[in-house]
Amino acid sequence: MIEFRSVTKRFTTDVVAVDDFSLVLPSRKITVLVGSSGSGKTTLLRMINRMVDPTSGSIEIDGVDVASLEPVKLRRSIGYVMQNSGLLPHRKVVDNVATVPLLRGVPRKQARREALELLDTVGLSRTLADRYPSQLSGGQQQRVGVARGLAVNPNILLMDEPFGAVDPIVRAELQQELLRLQQELDKTVVFVTHDIDEAFLLGDQVVILRTGGLVAQIGSPTEILARPADEFVASFVGADRGKRALHLENHGGGELVVDSEGRLAGVLTRDTESGAAAQGRAGR
Amino acid sequence: MSWIWSNGDLIWDRTLDHLVLSVPPIILSFLLAVPLGALANRYRASRGAILSSVGLLYAIPSLPLFIVLPVIVGTSARSPLNLIIALTLYGVALMVRVVADGLASVDPDVRQSAAGVGFSSWSEFWQVELPLAGPVLLAGLRVVAVSTVSLATVGAVIGVQSLGSLFTDGFQRGIQAEIIAGIVATVVLALVLDGALVLLGRLLMPWTRKSSSRVMLPLTPTPLTPTPLTPTTTPTTPVTR
Ligand SMILES: Nc1ncnc2c1ncn2[C@@H]1O[C@H](COP(=O)(O)OP(=O)(O)OP(=O)(O)O)[C@@H](O)[C@H]1O
Ligand SMILES: [Mg+2]
Repeated sequence: MIEFRSVTKRFTTDVVAVDDFSLVLPSRKITVLVGSSGSGKTTLLRMINRMVDPTSGSIEIDGVDVASLEPVKLRRSIGYVMQNSGLLPHRKVVDNVATVPLLRGVPRKQARREALELLDTVGLSRTLADRYPSQLSGGQQQRVGVARGLAVNPNILLMDEPFGAVDPIVRAELQQELLRLQQELDKTVVFVTHDIDEAFLLGDQVVILRTGGLVAQIGSPTEILARPADEFVASFVGADRGKRALHLENHGGGELVVDSEGRLAGVLTRDTESGAAAQGRAGR
Repeated sequence: MSWIWSNGDLIWDRTLDHLVLSVPPIILSFLLAVPLGALANRYRASRGAILSSVGLLYAIPSLPLFIVLPVIVGTSARSPLNLIIALTLYGVALMVRVVADGLASVDPDVRQSAAGVGFSSWSEFWQVELPLAGPVLLAGLRVVAVSTVSLATVGAVIGVQSLGSLFTDGFQRGIQAEIIAGIVATVVLALVLDGALVLLGRLLMPWTRKSSSRVMLPLTPTPLTPTPLTPTTTPTTPVTR
């Protein structure tokens, strides 16, 4: 469990990135921080592994204040995946995956063997092991990034817009892969995105942020969609338009679900709870 | 031409002298420039101070330096050591800025992510920043190598033997072939050292070689699609260490 207690981060006197932020991130769940650019998502994430220290307030991991932990050691125990994969361009794929175990003193041979196994885990062919990152596609690089994040078998995985730089088809694949992995691995995942669809797809808990690191709403995707806290949330999640604003149309006895642009979204069947059916579709 | 055939040994000896004079300064200036350049790159205050003082170093004219150095260091004016120190100073003057610029050119995203996965600042410097600055360092080192080889000829004027001795001697005795031999051998030596550095770079930095020659191959089920550039620029956050 990760807990933020009244955390504030001021970079300068007038730049307040995060303001009095409190949140409990349950273990073995995916918590998604979502918000527009500059809403403090990265700052929040980086305060967990002490890449950024809060101005006030505290962050605890399983009851231990991270401020009491040595930053380098703490970071080596937490998986960290960032946009553009952040891979080391001068190391082969397999060595990139083995980076942190090697830093922790795992023997080279063992580290490489385990790195190859991790390539399997994230669905990459072992034939890519000896390539350099620049010789991979963006999607492949992201998978290597995830494999590297998993390499020390951390309890916590921090992901900062990990799929932000790949095209929609690859992104959808990576999202499914992450869900599959999460079923197997059961990590405490903190995932940052500005894509609300991605947030609803992946998040057990979704935190919607406004500029200044202010919480607009915290809840499960269902809760947020069913009861947006305010106008800001409603418009941010698009509850009032597009694919999410569904209504029923009756065509010769069959009830069809139609989106706000008049496109057919599906058929309403009686044996399913109607709310859940519409919701599931809306959340993709 | 016949002078060259009958004096092959002499040319070879002077070439070796020249090598002994120029290789140590090249290596030493690199070794000295790395910590200085790193320091210059790390703090804003040190950057200005270090870069402007090494810049001044380069402005010292070489002949007076050769004369003043022995007084400061305590070597004899004709000692090769004197020349090696002077050449090292010039090399450092060139190389410090290169090191600072090379380190500054390392992608901040890569540095952030290295810090994020748990590199200490020490290991990050040696294992991430320095190797990634490699191509810039190599380019700088090549300039230092060539300029050192050419500067080392000046030693002849103060009586330190080098390929430069061939042109001072040839000039005094009016042997044109000797002058030409000196010039050609100097150029060849510079080219050889330059080539050696390029080769060393290929050996030590294989990633720079392969990325240009091999293209992405769709070996996995992942559809091969161009990666769009990041749409937003993330503000860089200082990393607490
Ligand atoms: N090192 C820094 N120095 C000064 N201000 C900073 C620094 N890092 C972040 N900020 C500011 O803090 C605020 C939050 O930044 P943060 O990077 O956390 O946003 P974000 O939600 O991750 O945005 P994005 O979606 O663009 O990545 C922004 O206003 C940003 O300009
Ligand atoms: Mg961010």
